[in-house]
Amino acid sequence: MVLKLFFPQCCNTADSGLLVGRWIPGHNSAVVLAVIHYPFIPGQVKKYLSELQSQTQVDLTVLGSWSMPKEGQEGMDSFLKDLSTIFPQECWLQLSREIGKRGFTCQVVQNNGRLLQDREQKNGEGDKIILIHYDQRKVMLSQLHPVQDVGQKSDVEASELRLVFQTVAQSQPLFFLDKYDDGPLKLSHWQSEGREASIIAELLKQASVPVCIFLTWLLSLWYWFCSFRILHLPPVLFISSKLSTCVQSVYRAVHFRTVFSPKKAGTHVEFMRKANIFVSFLVDIALGLLLISWLYRENRISKLADTLVPVADRVAKELQELLEWLMGAPAGLKMNRALDQVLGRFFLYHIHLWISYIHLMSPFIERILWYVGLSACLGLTFALSVLSDIVALLTFHIYCFYVYGARLYCLTIYGLSSLWRLFRGKKWNVLRQRVDSCSYDLDQNTADTALFPLQLFIGTLLFTILLFLLPTTALYYLVFTLLRLVVVLFQGVIHLSVDFINSFPLFAIGLRICRPYRLAEGVKFNVLCQEPGTPLHLMMEINPLKCSSVLQCYRTPTYSCYPKDSWAALCKKLFVGELIYPWKQKTDKTD
Amino acid sequence: MAEEEEFTDINGNSISLDCQTHSAFCREFTVTSPKLSLRKVMVCTCFIWLFAYAVFFFTENTTVLSSAIILTLAGMMIHIHFVKVDHETLLIIGSLGVQLSSSYASGRESTIFIEMSKLKDIVINEAVYMHSIIYYLCILIKDPADPETVASVVPLFQSSKPRLNCLVHVYRSCQEILAQTS
Repeated sequence: MVLKLFFPQCCNTADSGLLVGRWIPGHNSAVVLAVIHYPFIPGQVKKYLSELQSQTQVDLTVLGSWSMPKEGQEGMDSFLKDLSTIFPQECWLQLSREIGKRGFTCQVVQNNGRLLQDREQKNGEGDKIILIHYDQRKVMLSQLHPVQDVGQKSDVEASELRLVFQTVAQSQPLFFLDKYDDGPLKLSHWQSEGREASIIAELLKQASVPVCIFLTWLLSLWYWFCSFRILHLPPVLFISSKLSTCVQSVYRAVHFRTVFSPKKAGTHVEFMRKANIFVSFLVDIALGLLLISWLYRENRISKLADTLVPVADRVAKELQELLEWLMGAPAGLKMNRALDQVLGRFFLYHIHLWISYIHLMSPFIERILWYVGLSACLGLTFALSVLSDIVALLTFHIYCFYVYGARLYCLTIYGLSSLWRLFRGKKWNVLRQRVDSCSYDLDQNTADTALFPLQLFIGTLLFTILLFLLPTTALYYLVFTLLRLVVVLFQGVIHLSVDFINSFPLFAIGLRICRPYRLAEGVKFNVLCQEPGTPLHLMMEINPLKCSSVLQCYRTPTYSCYPKDSWAALCKKLFVGELIYPWKQKTDKTD
Repeated sequence: MAEEEEFTDINGNSISLDCQTHSAFCREFTVTSPKLSLRKVMVCTCFIWLFAYAVFFFTENTTVLSSAIILTLAGMMIHIHFVKVDHETLLIIGSLGVQLSSSYASGRESTIFIEMSKLKDIVINEAVYMHSIIYYLCILIKDPADPETVASVVPLFQSSKPRLNCLVHVYRSCQEILAQTS
């Protein structure tokens, strides 16, 4: 069997000493974490290792000895061999390196004294040891994907590389002792030149706890406010579920609760989620403030408000012209005069009412808009939600017309289909939910299922009337559905962009670009050129996660506005005249 | 130890196979595709630019010319960075795993490492490709929960597509190492 040894790059030039690390269970491999230098007292080494074992839950042991002899240090070899009796192990590794040579030599001694491999042996088994060099700091900070929790019991045995990464990541307390400490032990690892820290990071960490507590208290105030009885009345609930601003604010409140909880994030996934939400929230606010500065700079908001009423007027005038056109002979089609006039006048009256309401509101529009524009300081997503709501309110009359037209058309179609069935001698069986045939004879036994001639006569009359009224209702329905679809499309685009801002994992993408080793998909090996007689040396580097996988993995789940129906179902609904709500908001999924 | 022989790919273009033995259980195979041909590039560019000039002749709009230049440059950069593979490498390390690496003409390298515990076997498989049947070398990946089934298949040397004689060479070497170390 081939023995694999993971050796940190920082220890390549370390002085002679003991190798401390872990044997990977289940695989014939070992990870070297640090080198303890001479002079040391074996009892203290054992005590230190057992302390660390209880602290980190990693079974650290002395793996073997490392010798890099300098001048005047001959005779180390025999000293090193004697060490294996002090630290009894099943397998004792003896790594050595000579100055000027790049390759290491390795001997493995089993506990019954037998040498597993001798470096002079060139034929026969040959080299059966692989030395894999790794960058300790990067491996410690990196997270292998797909992410599996450490304490999670899984049916699948963890792979060798995953165990190596976990071992190095969990052994952080081992790396706290640097060469300036006055303790009895001198270690070499990636931090032995001095622990790295940043004052700003430490200050932020200290300040974040009280800030988080304060913000959580503010959030609880908001929840207390939202729990008022008056806000839970059905009409209020209904309106607030339709207004996208309210939905967005609820969603953001849930986010804040996640981010500002004073508890530190336990797992990697939780940490990334918190960081992504926090960064996207900051970017949102920044973009919102940018929008405010642009809107309020040259009093653009007043100009916008001034153009709002003329635009609403213009839309209403266009609708009026459209209805006049429909009341005439649209596109050369001949409409039923009476129904046409009724419907046209009905809708024209609505538009007249609408224009009067707009004119009533026009003095207040500018003030309202000015204050509503300030709400963009809560974020660009808020501004977009408010825009969507304003558009919905201003085109409310189009929505009403669509509903009227659709209901009328739907009634016509249902009436026609049921009377058509009557013509053909079939009937809808409510009990069995299917179409059954119906006989015409007047037998006493089947009197309730037979068709009387009177029924047939009235049915034929109604069918003819409805059939000849169909083009008129169909045309009105078509026109108003098209208008409604235009508005729905515009709202859909706004919702999609809000969704995008909410769910895009900016922090994860930033981490992938600036510190690619933190998110690892796997590893890469390079064969290092070697000298004959030395075992195989490989350099292990971290293969970063692809950007598309980062997006897929770390996307924040949102109340996504996906189309509820497929295209076929949508077309069917349009044809039959059912009311369509193409953008259905799913409730927030929590995992 | 390096070997060079005359191999071709499935379309008849000549490729080269380079075998390096780093140790008794570590070997590296590199299949090099033919380089980007200058003649093709020149023909393509001339064609696009003549067409753009013809359009310019009729419309008298200089944006056509500048957009043709930008298009050609962008297309060339995309081609050498994402499409044109220079060489593909298979590094097999006994009892550790197998590493596949594709190196593009712009120098970009994309690497995948498959651990030995996930690897079931390396085999030569047949596939129907357009109107012909080709041989390709592939790695069978097993699901760790169920070692008997094949979870997925990873084909090797997809861009260079060498012929059977080259594949047999690589296959024999890989099987030696897999037999040694498992």
